[in-house]
Amino acid sequence: MDFQLTEDQEALRDGVRSFCEGRVSIDALRELEKTGFDRELWGELAEMGVFSLRQSEDAGGVGLGSADAVLVFEELGRCLAPGPVTWSHLAADLVDGAATGECVVGGIDLSRTNSDPLLIEHLEHIDALLVLRPDGIERIDPKALSGRAIERPLDPFTPVHEVAELPAGERLGDAEAAARFRLEGAALASGMLLGIAEASQELATDYAKKREQFGRPIGGFQALKHKLADCYTRQELARAAAYAAGATLDDPEVGDVLRAVSTAKVLTGDAAMENARACVQIHGGMGYTWEVPAHYYLKRIWVLENQFGTVGEHAERVAERIAVGD
Amino acid sequence: MDLRYSESDEAFRKELRSWLDSEVPAHGRPPSEHDWPARREYDTAWQRKLYEAGYAGINWPKEFGGRDASLTEQLVYYEEIARANAPYVGVNFVGLLHGGPTLMSEGTPEQREKHIGPIIRGEEVWCQGFSEPSAGSDLAALKTKAELDGDHYVVSGHKIWTSFAQVSDYCELLVRTNPEEKHRGITWLAMPMDLEGIEIRPLPTIVGSSEFSELFLENVRVPVSCRIGKENDGWRVTNVTLSFERGTAFASDIYQLQESLRELTRLAKVLTRDDAVAWEDRTLRRDVGHLAAELDGLWALVKYMVSEAGKTGVPGLTGSCVKLYYTELKQRLGDLSLRLLGRASLSRDDVGGMASETIVYEALQSLSMTIAGGTSQIQRNIISERVLGLPREPR
Repeated sequence: MDFQLTEDQEALRDGVRSFCEGRVSIDALRELEKTGFDRELWGELAEMGVFSLRQSEDAGGVGLGSADAVLVFEELGRCLAPGPVTWSHLAADLVDGAATGECVVGGIDLSRTNSDPLLIEHLEHIDALLVLRPDGIERIDPKALSGRAIERPLDPFTPVHEVAELPAGERLGDAEAAARFRLEGAALASGMLLGIAEASQELATDYAKKREQFGRPIGGFQALKHKLADCYTRQELARAAAYAAGATLDDPEVGDVLRAVSTAKVLTGDAAMENARACVQIHGGMGYTWEVPAHYYLKRIWVLENQFGTVGEHAERVAERIAVGD
Repeated sequence: MDLRYSESDEAFRKELRSWLDSEVPAHGRPPSEHDWPARREYDTAWQRKLYEAGYAGINWPKEFGGRDASLTEQLVYYEEIARANAPYVGVNFVGLLHGGPTLMSEGTPEQREKHIGPIIRGEEVWCQGFSEPSAGSDLAALKTKAELDGDHYVVSGHKIWTSFAQVSDYCELLVRTNPEEKHRGITWLAMPMDLEGIEIRPLPTIVGSSEFSELFLENVRVPVSCRIGKENDGWRVTNVTLSFERGTAFASDIYQLQESLRELTRLAKVLTRDDAVAWEDRTLRRDVGHLAAELDGLWALVKYMVSEAGKTGVPGLTGSCVKLYYTELKQRLGDLSLRLLGRASLSRDDVGGMASETIVYEALQSLSMTIAGGTSQIQRNIISERVLGLPREPR
């Protein structure tokens, strides 16, 4: 047992991080707020292997595992990478062109019944829409959909359309495939949430070191120090859980895969949300403005919270798993 | 990133599990926590069995009688100890986790010869005389004074929260040998507990047991040969070993909490609330699932930390995160258990075949854990200053 990153994994993470820092900065995102989807960036992500990461080498992919994918998605989360990256990654083997970035694949998870409106993310920019239902996966042509564009979506980088209903699509997979899709989607979303938990903690910590009040840095006041210590602790717990979920997906003999993935979604969801809220609070009055990027994190977390199962749903799933053990 | 234990780790697990399966039931149930002499007898006899079977001092070097197990074998050890519900390290806690390691690193050959064997064999029990009524989190503010008189230190002062003092043979005693200096005026003594001038007064805890005592020391003559390290160097000596407490020391406890959670689940399946079985309540299930996720995450973090220590050779500061999170999680689990028990918790009688007494005891006992071994507030200071690099508290 060696639950640390391998050298290859460190290199992979560092590579993606440095790409993101150069290409997907907050300033670049602000530009995107005006111009919309960046197809060029999508191509670069594809070239880096973001979508083909777990596709076998025979099929033209990179042939890495889920643990590696979680690390990459941690970085994509950290920089708030825009677009339906998770769906396109999951679709690598299912939709032609998804892995290479030629076909931008979006999706919606309808595997649990609720009265939520039908909100399709990135509808204008996707070439294929996947629908997860309890009994399988369907593919729909997004051009066949008409919907109302939401003028001001919660996350400025996640545009949504509300559609009245979804037509029947082409069936791509059965119930088992849909369940697998949802499981892996939850693990990848956990990676992104972990990245956001880190980014918002770091933004808050940096600010606490610089901003002075009463003649000294606010980070010297215990009330803030303790808040930030809690942020760090939650983030490290979330990291261990997210990495364990990836490693368990790769090697199911080391644990209960469902329990490991649900645990990751619960802990990364909590850590991201709490850290992002702390980040707004620690920035004081400026934290409540559009100018300080703290709110971007918070809003993206809410998008991810509503993808592939909420914290509450996954907590219930963990409870079901431990009750089965008795 | 490999979560799979090696074949030799699994072989060790198999061997240990089969030993525990026969020895744990044979050792019987522990005596009441109010009868400390019986408790000492029970705990040290278990320690002796561990020693004879080659399982004592799991992380101690072989030259001191330990097993020198690898970090992953230690994790396997803690998992199996918890799974078998084996006796807790109990009254041997201070000697095994603290006194022994301190002597290994700082003791003279004579001091090691004298104490280390008896500690690991369960023949010598140690307690910890660090804290004082006005020196808890600010431990270096301690006042118990020691003055050199020939080949003895004459010690006078007042120590508090000393666990197992009434059944201990030696006390790790921190004394002030230089009143002019704070940290650099402290000396570490291994004080025999049978000396003249030591008065032990039990201090009942909120649980109702008397594991704590106060020590009143009046002109106790401690031989200079009992000093560990140099005079006025006791603060450094202390810090050498405190990191042991914050590392894998909690691994077994964390794993054991899984059992408390299973107990809670069993309870929820037999108790009724609002005319339905409690487990039917989705909110309760989510609360339980949430705690279970946190516990799994914490165990994963221990694995991550242990792997990191294996690579770097030093325990990382993540130990503070584990201590902080574990102790608060244990309290939240206690709260949820008491809420589930409802009025039944008031009598402490058994409910639905479950030992309500144990659940209440654990919930109350957990309140000590965010205080002992560095309060949660001190852990947060450590994390914010040493990991995040925020400005230091005045000290």
